[in-house]
Amino acid sequence: MKFGIIVFPGSNCDRDMMHALRDDLEQEVVMLWHKDKDLSMFTKDDCIVLPGGFSYGDYLRCGALARFSPMMEQVINFAKHGGKVLGVCNGFQILCESGLLPGVLLQNDHQKFVCKNVCIKSENNRNIIGQNVADKILKIPVAHGEGRYHADAATLEKLNKNNQVIFRYCDEHGEVHLHSNPNGAVNNIAGICNEGRNVFGMMPHPERASSSALHNIDGRLILQAFTN
Amino acid sequence: MKYTAHINIMPHKELLDPQGKAVSNSLHNLGLSQVHDVRIGKHVTLHLEAANEAEANSLTTEACKKLLANGVMESFEFSLTAN
Repeated sequence: MKFGIIVFPGSNCDRDMMHALRDDLEQEVVMLWHKDKDLSMFTKDDCIVLPGGFSYGDYLRCGALARFSPMMEQVINFAKHGGKVLGVCNGFQILCESGLLPGVLLQNDHQKFVCKNVCIKSENNRNIIGQNVADKILKIPVAHGEGRYHADAATLEKLNKNNQVIFRYCDEHGEVHLHSNPNGAVNNIAGICNEGRNVFGMMPHPERASSSALHNIDGRLILQAFTN
Repeated sequence: MKYTAHINIMPHKELLDPQGKAVSNSLHNLGLSQVHDVRIGKHVTLHLEAANEAEANSLTTEACKKLLANGVMESFEFSLTAN
């Protein structure tokens, strides 16, 4: 399998993701420019990654303009045919704006950019990430100003019922509560997947926790899930 | 015909608006304690050409629904003026 990382104008975690996948996980990585529109070299075994950053300067809304780039049209098509897609931070915002994932990421409730390690846990094994992470509590950094996940009540009910929540913010003991929530996200949601379980979005950055040089490799479990 | 659309985009009422909250606090610090429930949205103007007002209305609605506003978090309203 191989990974494709899309580079938008304003992406700033694309190289971090490349190093994590290529150097730490020893995977094949292809960098893709947002103006290109050829994903024919990718199959269902592969994974397209939308990295973090500030695509198109976060103009209008985070991820709103990236959603209409030529490459995103191909990614939407790829995902609709069962291809695996992972969006991290701004990538998660783009996936929500594109309709591949439900809901939206709003400005943090405390009005501040938050940049720190947080703990997250998976609560089900009904998707490839949950299967790889099992019951482990992972320490992964977040870095965002707009990470407050929001969806209406009906959508939330559906997400919970279908086991589409892949991560919730928790404390170091795995307890999910108000104080372990870094941005005010509804139900402490840190990441979700679609109904088809092939599109994943999360605010924490696994690529920033994949190198032993950084003394934290918890993120590897998340990225490795796509290589199995 | 040439039209100008004046579009207001606001966060849904039930959503916390951190910007509005911060501005509200600052207004109180200015001594304007009577002010409350500040909410901040966007104002967009755009020019368009359409055969008539109905078409201009339809085009502006499409622009709002497809890009300018995200229905999950925002609502929009607009007025049109003929230029």
